[in-house]
Amino acid sequence: MIVAFIQRAVVQGIPLLFGSTGEIITEKSGNLNLGTAGVMYVGGISGVIGAFLYEQSVETVNPALAVLIPLFSSILGSAFMGLLYSFLTVTLRANQNVTGLALTTFGVGFGNFFGGSLIKLLDSDTPSITLTQTSNCFKQTLPFADKLGWFGDIFLSYSFLAYAAIIIALLASFFFNRTRAGLHLRAVGENPATADAAGINVSKYKYLSTCIGSIIAGFGGLYYVMDYACGVWSNDGFGDRGWLAIALVIFAVWKPNFSILGSILFGGLFIIHNYIPNLSISMQEMFKMTPYVVTIIVLIIISMRRKRETQPPASLGLSYFREER
Amino acid sequence: MSIKEKQIHEPLFHIAKRDALPFWLSWLIRILSVVAALIACAAVTVVLTGENPINVYATMIDGAIGTERRIWSLFQNIAMLLCVSLAVTPAFKMKFWNIGAEGQVLVGGLATAACMILFGDKLSPVILYPLMIVTSILAGAIWGFIPAFFKAKWNTNETLFTLMMNYIAIQIVSFFTYKWSVPKGSGQIGVINASTQAGWLPNIGGSPYLINILIVAVLTIGMYIYLKYNKHGYEISVVGESENTARYVGINVKKVIMRTMLLSGAICGIAGLLLVSGTDHTITRNTAAGRGFTAIMVSWLAKFNPIYMVLTSFLIVFLQKGAIEISTIYGLNDSFSEIITGIIIFFIIGSEFFVNYTVKFRESKKGANK
Repeated sequence: MIVAFIQRAVVQGIPLLFGSTGEIITEKSGNLNLGTAGVMYVGGISGVIGAFLYEQSVETVNPALAVLIPLFSSILGSAFMGLLYSFLTVTLRANQNVTGLALTTFGVGFGNFFGGSLIKLLDSDTPSITLTQTSNCFKQTLPFADKLGWFGDIFLSYSFLAYAAIIIALLASFFFNRTRAGLHLRAVGENPATADAAGINVSKYKYLSTCIGSIIAGFGGLYYVMDYACGVWSNDGFGDRGWLAIALVIFAVWKPNFSILGSILFGGLFIIHNYIPNLSISMQEMFKMTPYVVTIIVLIIISMRRKRETQPPASLGLSYFREER
Repeated sequence: MSIKEKQIHEPLFHIAKRDALPFWLSWLIRILSVVAALIACAAVTVVLTGENPINVYATMIDGAIGTERRIWSLFQNIAMLLCVSLAVTPAFKMKFWNIGAEGQVLVGGLATAACMILFGDKLSPVILYPLMIVTSILAGAIWGFIPAFFKAKWNTNETLFTLMMNYIAIQIVSFFTYKWSVPKGSGQIGVINASTQAGWLPNIGGSPYLINILIVAVLTIGMYIYLKYNKHGYEISVVGESENTARYVGINVKKVIMRTMLLSGAICGIAGLLLVSGTDHTITRNTAAGRGFTAIMVSWLAKFNPIYMVLTSFLIVFLQKGAIEISTIYGLNDSFSEIITGIIIFFIIGSEFFVNYTVKFRESKKGANK
C-alpha cells in the first residue's frame, strides 16, 4: 500500500512540479505570473485540441506523431499566454497582479470553453473528448518496470513526461546556479536597474523567462490530461492545481531542485485523505487544506528568518521602467 | 588616420513617462479601448458561432436586460461585484495586494449560514439578524487581518499569503457543507430555513434583490467619502504612494495596514452576508463565484475610485450576462463569458500604457552628423 501511495503521490505531484518549475523560472526574472493556473489550462487544452484533430483525421495513429502533435500544440498555446503576459507587463508595464489574474480568468475560461464546445464547433460525431489512443502513447512506460517489484513501481513506472519534469527541474536549477545567463536572469529579478546598467537586456530576459516558464507550466496541464486523466478532458477537472503550483514555489523557496521533493510531498498531501482509514467525508475536506496551510507556515517562517538565500526575488511583482527613479 | 568616431547608436524609439493627460483625453483613450475590446469580442463570437455581428450584440443585450427578471439579476450581480470591489479598494490604494477577497467573502457567508442553521429556529429575529451581521463582519475581518498582521510585523508577502487563505476558506466551507448537508452526505446544504425563512433578508418593494442593491449603494458612497474626505483615507493614499514618506510624516504604517485590512475584510464579510442571507439562502464552495478575483480588476480599472467602479462593474457584469446568453443560444459552453471578460480586461490594461506613457520616435538624423 505504501508503494501505491508513493506512486500516486508522484503522479499527483508531476503537474505541480511542471507548474512550479515554470513559475520559478518566471519569478526569477521578477515577473509574478499569477496566470499560471490559466496557463496550465491552456497548455492542457491546446494539447487536447491538437490530439483531437489528429485522431479525427487519421484511421490509425502513428505513435511518434501522436506524442509530437499535442506536445507542439501545447507549447504553442502556453507560449502564447506567456507572450501575452510579458507584452502587457514588460512592454506596456501593466500591473502584474491584475494581468496575471486576468490571464487566469481567460485561460481557465479558454480551457473549459473549448473542452465543452470543441465537439460542437467541429461538428464531430463523437460523444465526448476521449483521446485513449493518444493517451496510450503518452503513457508508455519502460518495458521492464513491472518486473522489478517495488523498486520498479516507485522509480520506473512513470511515463516519459514525468521524467522530463524532473530533468527540467534539475536543468533549471543548474541553469540558475552554474551558468552566466542564469546569473543574469537572477540579477534581473533582484534589481533590474542594476542589471540594466551592467548591460543586461532586461526586457529580453523577462520575455524569454516568462515564455519558457509558461511552456513548462503548460506541460503540467498536458501531463494531467494525457496521463493522469487518460486523455479525457473534463471541465474544471484540473481544479486548483495551478494555485497549488504557485504555493509550491514558495514551499520550495524558489529552488527548482527542492520543488522535486516538494511536489511529491504536495502530491501526497493532496491524496492522503484516501489513505487514512475511517475518515468521514467532511474530514477529508479538512485534509485537503494541508498543502495551503504548510505553504503559509513556510511563507511566515522565511519572512521571519530573513535569510538571504530563501527570499523571493527582490523586485518580484514590480514592472521595470528605465526612466523611473 | 583619425580614429573612427564611435558610433552612437540611438534606438528607433524610446518610451517616456508623460505628464498627466487632460481628464477628457485619458477617458477618451479608455473608452476607445473598451470599444476596441467590444469589436474584438464580437469578432471572436462571430468566428465561433458564424452569426453576423449585429445579431451577436443584440443577443448580448437581450441576455443582459431582455426581461425584467434579467434586469434585476443584472443589478444584483453588479451590486455584489461592486461590494467586493469596494472591499478590496482601500487595501489596493495602500498597495497591499489583497487577493484573498474570495476567502474573506466565503468565511463571511459561512458565518451567516452558521447562524441561520444553528439558531434559525431558536432565536427571535431581533437577536438573529444582529448576530448574523456581527459574526459575518467579524469573520471577514479576521480573515483579512491575519495576513495584514504578518505583513506589518515581518513583511510577509501578502499577495501569496492572502491567495493561500482563499483555499483554506474554501476547504473549511467544504467541510461544513458536508457536515450540515441535507440530505446527509450529499455535500449540499440546500436552501436554509426554506419554510420559516428565518435569517433571510426581507423583500423590499417586492424584489428580493433590492435590499442588497441599496446596502451596496450606501457602502459605495460611504467608501467614497472615507477615501476622499477622511483622515484615514488620506493616510491610506500616503502609505500607498510611499511608505517612507508616510513614516517621516509620522504615520504609523503598521497600524494603517492592519486597520485597513480589517476594514477590507469586514466589507467582504458583508458581501458574504448579502450573498448568503440576501439571495442564495445557501452556501457552497462557489458562493463567491470568482468575484474576489474579478473585483481586483474592477477596482484597478476604476483607478480605485468607488464611483467609477459602478461603471466598470456594470461593464463586466453586462458582458458576462451577454456572453452567457450567447453560449446558451448557440449551445456553447458558458465559460465563454470568462473568455470575453479576459479579452476586455486585456484591452483596458493595455490602454493604461497610452495614458501613462508616450512613445518618442528618433528625430531625423539630418544635421546631427557633421
